[in-house]
Amino acid sequence: MANADCIVIQGSNMAECHPVGFQWVAEAKARGARVIHIDPRFTRTSAIADTHVPVRAGTDVVLLGAIINHVLSNDLYFHDYVVAYTNAATLVSEDFVDTEDLDGVFSGYDPRTGAYDSESWAYQSRAEPQVPDQEGGIQGPTGDEPDAKTRAHAGGHTLGASGAALEHAQVVRDETLQHPRTVFQILRRHYRRYTPEMVRDVCGIPVEQFHEVARAIVENSGRERTTCFAYALGWTQHSLGAQFIRAAAILQLLMGNMGRPGGGIMALRGHACIQGSTDIPTLFNILPGYLPMPVAGEHDTLEDYLASIASPLQKGYWTEAPAYTASLLKAWFGDAATPDNDFCYDYLPRLTGAHGTYQTVMEMLDGKVEGYFVVGQNPAVGSAHARMQRLALGQLRWLVVRDLQLIETATFWKDSPEIATGELRTEDIRTEVFFMPAATHVEKAGTFTQTQRMLQWRHQAVTPPGQAQSELDFYYELGRRMRERLAGSTDERDRPLLDLTWDYPQDEHGEVDGEAVLREINGYHLTGDRAGELLSSFTEMRADGSTSGGCWIYTGVFAGGVNRSANRVPRDQQDETAAEWGWAWPMNRRILYNRASADPQGRPWSERKKYVWWDEEAGRWVGKDVPDFPADRDPSYRPAPDQGGPAAISGDDPFIMQSDGKGWLFAPKGMVDGPLPTHYEAQESPVRNPLYTQQRNPGRLVYPRKDNLWSPSGDEPGSDVYPYVFTTYRLTEHHTAGGMSRWLPYLSELQPEMFCEVSPELAAEVGLENGGWATIVSARSAIEARVLVTDRVRPLTVKGRTLHQIGLPYHWGIGRDAVVEGDSANDLLGLVLDPNVHIQESKVAACDIRPGRRPHGDALLRLVEEYQSRAGITAVTGNERLDEVTPEMAARRAAAGSGQQAPAPDETEGEG
Amino acid sequence: MAGNGSSFLGWPVLRQLASGDLLGRGAAVTSRRTRETEPRTSTADRVVQSVCPYCAVGCGQRVFVKDEKVVQIEGDPDSPVSRGRLCPKGAASEQLVNSPSRQTEVLYRAPGATEWQRIDRDTAIDMIAERYLESRRNTWQELDDKGRRVRRTMGIASLGGATLDNEENYLMKKLYTATGAIQIENQARI
Amino acid sequence: MGYLARQLAGPTDPAPDAGWTEAPERKGFFTDTSICIGCKACEVACKEWNALPLDGLSLSANSYDNTGGLGASTWRHVAFVEQSQDRIAQARESGRRLVELGMPGVGAPPARREAMPPAPVDGHGPDLRDMLAAANATTVEGTPVVGPLPDFRWLMASDVCKHCTHAGCLDVCPTGALFRSEHGTVVVQADVCNGCGYCVGACPFGVIERRSDSAVSVRGDGHVPDVGVAQKCTLCYDRLTDDQTPACAQTCPTTSIRFGTREEMVAIARERVAQLHQQGFTEARLYGANDDDGVGGTGSVFLLLDEPEVYGLPPDPVVPTAKLPEMFRTAGLAGVGLLGAAAVAFLGGRR
Repeated sequence: MANADCIVIQGSNMAECHPVGFQWVAEAKARGARVIHIDPRFTRTSAIADTHVPVRAGTDVVLLGAIINHVLSNDLYFHDYVVAYTNAATLVSEDFVDTEDLDGVFSGYDPRTGAYDSESWAYQSRAEPQVPDQEGGIQGPTGDEPDAKTRAHAGGHTLGASGAALEHAQVVRDETLQHPRTVFQILRRHYRRYTPEMVRDVCGIPVEQFHEVARAIVENSGRERTTCFAYALGWTQHSLGAQFIRAAAILQLLMGNMGRPGGGIMALRGHACIQGSTDIPTLFNILPGYLPMPVAGEHDTLEDYLASIASPLQKGYWTEAPAYTASLLKAWFGDAATPDNDFCYDYLPRLTGAHGTYQTVMEMLDGKVEGYFVVGQNPAVGSAHARMQRLALGQLRWLVVRDLQLIETATFWKDSPEIATGELRTEDIRTEVFFMPAATHVEKAGTFTQTQRMLQWRHQAVTPPGQAQSELDFYYELGRRMRERLAGSTDERDRPLLDLTWDYPQDEHGEVDGEAVLREINGYHLTGDRAGELLSSFTEMRADGSTSGGCWIYTGVFAGGVNRSANRVPRDQQDETAAEWGWAWPMNRRILYNRASADPQGRPWSERKKYVWWDEEAGRWVGKDVPDFPADRDPSYRPAPDQGGPAAISGDDPFIMQSDGKGWLFAPKGMVDGPLPTHYEAQESPVRNPLYTQQRNPGRLVYPRKDNLWSPSGDEPGSDVYPYVFTTYRLTEHHTAGGMSRWLPYLSELQPEMFCEVSPELAAEVGLENGGWATIVSARSAIEARVLVTDRVRPLTVKGRTLHQIGLPYHWGIGRDAVVEGDSANDLLGLVLDPNVHIQESKVAACDIRPGRRPHGDALLRLVEEYQSRAGITAVTGNERLDEVTPEMAARRAAAGSGQQAPAPDETEGEG
Repeated sequence: MAGNGSSFLGWPVLRQLASGDLLGRGAAVTSRRTRETEPRTSTADRVVQSVCPYCAVGCGQRVFVKDEKVVQIEGDPDSPVSRGRLCPKGAASEQLVNSPSRQTEVLYRAPGATEWQRIDRDTAIDMIAERYLESRRNTWQELDDKGRRVRRTMGIASLGGATLDNEENYLMKKLYTATGAIQIENQARI
Repeated sequence: MGYLARQLAGPTDPAPDAGWTEAPERKGFFTDTSICIGCKACEVACKEWNALPLDGLSLSANSYDNTGGLGASTWRHVAFVEQSQDRIAQARESGRRLVELGMPGVGAPPARREAMPPAPVDGHGPDLRDMLAAANATTVEGTPVVGPLPDFRWLMASDVCKHCTHAGCLDVCPTGALFRSEHGTVVVQADVCNGCGYCVGACPFGVIERRSDSAVSVRGDGHVPDVGVAQKCTLCYDRLTDDQTPACAQTCPTTSIRFGTREEMVAIARERVAQLHQQGFTEARLYGANDDDGVGGTGSVFLLLDEPEVYGLPPDPVVPTAKLPEMFRTAGLAGVGLLGAAAVAFLGGRR
């Protein structure tokens, strides 16, 4: 980031949430880089930025789309980069119909399931140019159960780093970009209506300010300059969050800012190992290394499973998925895993839909979940619809909370606000609760993977106090005892547990050796001369069972038997890439797709932005980083048409993990709610979608339930009951739900109380006083907060109408153990999820605000109900998947495979 | 520089005259404690390299240990990620580790109980293992409602991982998957 | 100036004055508020290192400032100031006038200086030299380097003890609890202080305070150390004995707080203010860098973006003891006068 010429921070409050990372922004700024902060609030990030652009929460696609339109219409994109490195020139199937032609839905929408069939979004195939959906074309998933299919794929990053499988890479390209079905022309048409005036009317950003932003990006992109985007949960926590990021990716590809120093899109992640917990996932839908969890009916055999990941004829490293999968299963099931039994593939449990945390909580409420482990999280405060979370905890038979302090999730049975309202009674809660004290980061050794994919080993400083122990020790011990109890079982269902490799060395304190686990993750040669040696690269993995490895992308972290994550060569003893500090996956690369930092012939785009280039004499890629490309592949190399896998990567295909080697402006597969980002309003919005009759993302996941109500949107009757927009966020002084900050006096003192931030205009309108109290009421709950009246929150003018936004930090919760407590902003939120990644929308929702403290006890419930009844809300409100269109449009949609009308949502309850 | 305090020459008035600190504002007035001051970062038994446990920037930390207690945590100047700097949360890490309110005992709340009770960790893990296996038995699904083999339990869920180590996440995912538990989630989805 | 004369006012090197014969170079902070992100890491690192108690746990409703000001238990304090456009315009104008008047506290007039941004390292990073080359301060593409006045700004500034060249607290301390260290800093010795409180009134910045019993313990045993004792920043005296950076400067994420010899700090500060002026940010000015001011300059130097009062700092701090010689003279004269009068009375009485 320090190398960027322009930094656009959008959907992130970087200075507050990543202060130390922000030093690189500060440094770039000191060198003269332009820093632009686009955010509903003026934050500590805005204070340092050159420009703050206030935006209406949830309208980012309109702003980014308008910049895309601006660069396309005025030929301001990086032409040579776009033609060579993106799929701009690739032709898309004739069957594809854009939202612009179907009033807000793409072709392939199934109103019955609320999901898309992406078949019509496919590339046109070279084999059958006119009939892309026939044999030679790119097949969609062929599962016979649309529900299972779509729901499983709804697990978004089932496709993770792989992008989506393509049958092959035999695409048709028109490098003049003129063919009307090129991605380039489709993009042009799609964003044509995204004008500066649209930005003004939807985002509330004045036209001049739009031009200022667009000009800054354009002037700071190209051969000589690069622009970097940084985002965080301000983009992900939306009902079309993944599409926000896609929109930025499209813009960055058009401007040639991917794979180059000072470019890219930085995801600023909020937890020490949140990247690692996605790579080696504690997530329902994936296995380590972004291999999907198998889905019943779709992945019944190993062969089906592997075919769904990658076709052997597509380009890139995903074609080696059989080797990654076999190595994983060998690591887990050891000698029991053989080629004859498909390496115990059948031992893996199967998904039948989305089993994410929010779906699980609803299952808990319905009494279907007996036991729950909560490990270093505080859902009673930190998860959306925190009320529902707490009520669900009371339905469990047993709950294990592992933490450092007695967090609200551990004490819900005596301290939760629902006890005060009378909804719960301690004596009636049957849940058994185990509180297990955890070890801190200095009391155990192990790796965190930070936000740029770098693993850093932490050495143990001291042993945990008292009965505290690490998760490593706890889970090892739990597994050991369960295996002991099942020893000798002949029940087939116990085989996976009994065959599991579960033998880790322990030190004199009985603590499991974390390095032994990391070695297992790295993987070994199992047979031949090198048997027992650690793998040095994932390219050594084999599909025949001769290698093991628990997470293929981490292979190499223990190359040569050396724990490379523990590398600590001081920064002043190495160059700026600092390759000898920690270890970044894959293969210690610091910038992904860095082949794109050179032109198609392999020369640096410019001297100033030199990074990785082709050394003609040496016949190798060289530079300041590990080239993210086959090291000896000549830029002029072209694969034979029938080749697949790494051999099929052309000398000018920098995006080596994509199935066609190109950066995807248009996503023919992989996104479940459309191949292009398009604007929909948030689940709750005071504004009608100006683009389409379709108000909300038709692919979002909705849960029509009486405990998950929504305010009416736009001009619907009752929308004025909740007239204001609120957004939730973090402060520098606290950490998420407070488990690691509200118990610390030094942090608590700095932000001691829950507050809301309002503009002076809103304060005057409603009668709020600075330092006084306010009650904020949503369709789900009501909370109280102290009032900060500030010019940092500005009313926006949207289509001539004044729109007020309210800011709510979400760190506080009700309990009795923390140094400071307060109402939780997450109580106000409901559950509606982005369909790609199942993240909830917590950055924008509707509320009312009134002076004074909230009522307590039963009166609180009555207040919320009074609002609901005044707004006339039912479980159906806001949960319609499709909005009604003209018969003519309905017919057009039907022709494009995007059916007419969705059944009423209550008939489709139980979705997921 | 300052004279030693215990001798006759250490008598303040003499120090004042001898040191040239005629007004008694400097060397002459230092107490013995002041003269013997040493930072605890210098007297630590060992310094351990670690990584900040809060956000995902991955700032380097140096952990100073004295008598098997953490006495100070500060930024690691060697780190190319953070260059020795820490935000307020990172700077409060020592308080996180040594917090007086930190729980170091296993607590158990029985069904319907109004208070915690202390139990032994070993007992607790045994109880959890038993409950795990029982719930797994109670809620086992060999086939789904369409008759497809799923061999799983929907009765056991887990939340957490983003604050844990890779090795810990790995063991968790491995163990849960082998027992057929699939509702395994973490903050990455929130 | 003679030894005694320079003890109470004017430029001097305070450590040798206090009898440190082999004193290292005077140390100090430079706090550049133009790059402060208000994260308060300095407050926490300071409290953590020095094991300070809390002042309290209440929301001030004054922007994001919940610690209020420096005191016995808060030795670094971050001020938050929210300002509208007209106030920014005034600040820019007042800063510009300061330069024109050649106020020594502001730094050298920047106009003739080549304060170019650094060249990109190894060909990387933006190169603004071309941009600033243009006399009209526009980029190569014609975009002004300094845009129009923003509608709003949010100032953040980390305050700390000034470690004055002439420290009122030190000069009035009757017990020797306060002393001038070999580093030129001013340090309280809690084991010597008797809590008389003279220092509190003598500090022109209102920094030093006695710890009251309302301080909140952060310890398991509930103990609050040093109640009644005067307390303030020691510039991490203990860390300095081993050449370590003070906790606040060590942790500061954006190098808004820098630590070094005072000479170096003042030089960097002057360079930075010149650079900002050249870029058009004429609101920038220095605070504490003028050795001829009422405290003889401060060990902690600040770059501010508005008048000191805006940040809660006195615009023209004067150490109360600065007037001491004059007062002595006046008192002496008065004494002589009294003696004379007495003599007259006496003589008269004899008449």
